[in-house]
Amino acid sequence: MYKGQSGMWSWLLHRITGLGILLFLLVHIVDVSLLGFGPAVYNEGILLFDSVIVRFLSLALIGAVLLHGFNGIRIMVIDFWRKGVRYQVLMFVIVMVLTIVGFIPIAYFVLGPALPFLHPHTTTITK
Amino acid sequence: MRISTGYGAKPASGGFETFSWYFFRISGVLLIFLVIFHLLIMHVTTDVAKTTYDFVAARYSNPLWRLYDWLLLTLALLHGMNGLRIVIDDYVRGRSVRLTLLSIAGTITLVFLMLGTITLITFPIPGK
Repeated sequence: MYKGQSGMWSWLLHRITGLGILLFLLVHIVDVSLLGFGPAVYNEGILLFDSVIVRFLSLALIGAVLLHGFNGIRIMVIDFWRKGVRYQVLMFVIVMVLTIVGFIPIAYFVLGPALPFLHPHTTTITK
Repeated sequence: MRISTGYGAKPASGGFETFSWYFFRISGVLLIFLVIFHLLIMHVTTDVAKTTYDFVAARYSNPLWRLYDWLLLTLALLHGMNGLRIVIDDYVRGRSVRLTLLSIAGTITLVFLMLGTITLITFPIPGK
């Protein structure tokens, strides 16, 4: 059993992030389907993603995607590289570092338009 | 029904669980690229608030972007719903409850795949 060890946490995080991403995917398929109702309805719907709360939710989703993707690579390295399992703890550390390193710049772009002291998009629209 | 975690050693038996094991990995590798580019396009090079109907129309004037989005839709949905199938297998012990939940999951997969595909196909070709 690997209860309480790093393998358990990576397994649990992989599962939770996977389910969270799936839940968003189902919502996202529905919101994109608003395209079928024409520009007025769709543009009204997309404004939801501009709100501060949804920007933070988007960012949580992006963090989950990065973690799930990088940990997925780690799982495949363990699967296909003979020595992979020996380095699984080190690789989990690398996964966390890559996730944080990827997360910070994208957080700047996602939150920027909502936080006036950041301005990543020089041509941000004014509503 | 055999119970699989989708994690750890490749199922030795062959058949669907082995296919599922490979599918997770192949779709996973493709999704890393598809999703990261999708996120860069929708959140970095363009702010999400500007991904309006016109923005979509400009992209979808090129059919390759529809194909891109359809691949993203299909791989992500099948990868995710296959993950949900394994979670259901892991935690639901009762035979009838499990069968019910798996049926619901299968139905959701079909309905959402159809909804997404219809959205992509029926979006008008700009300028026509």
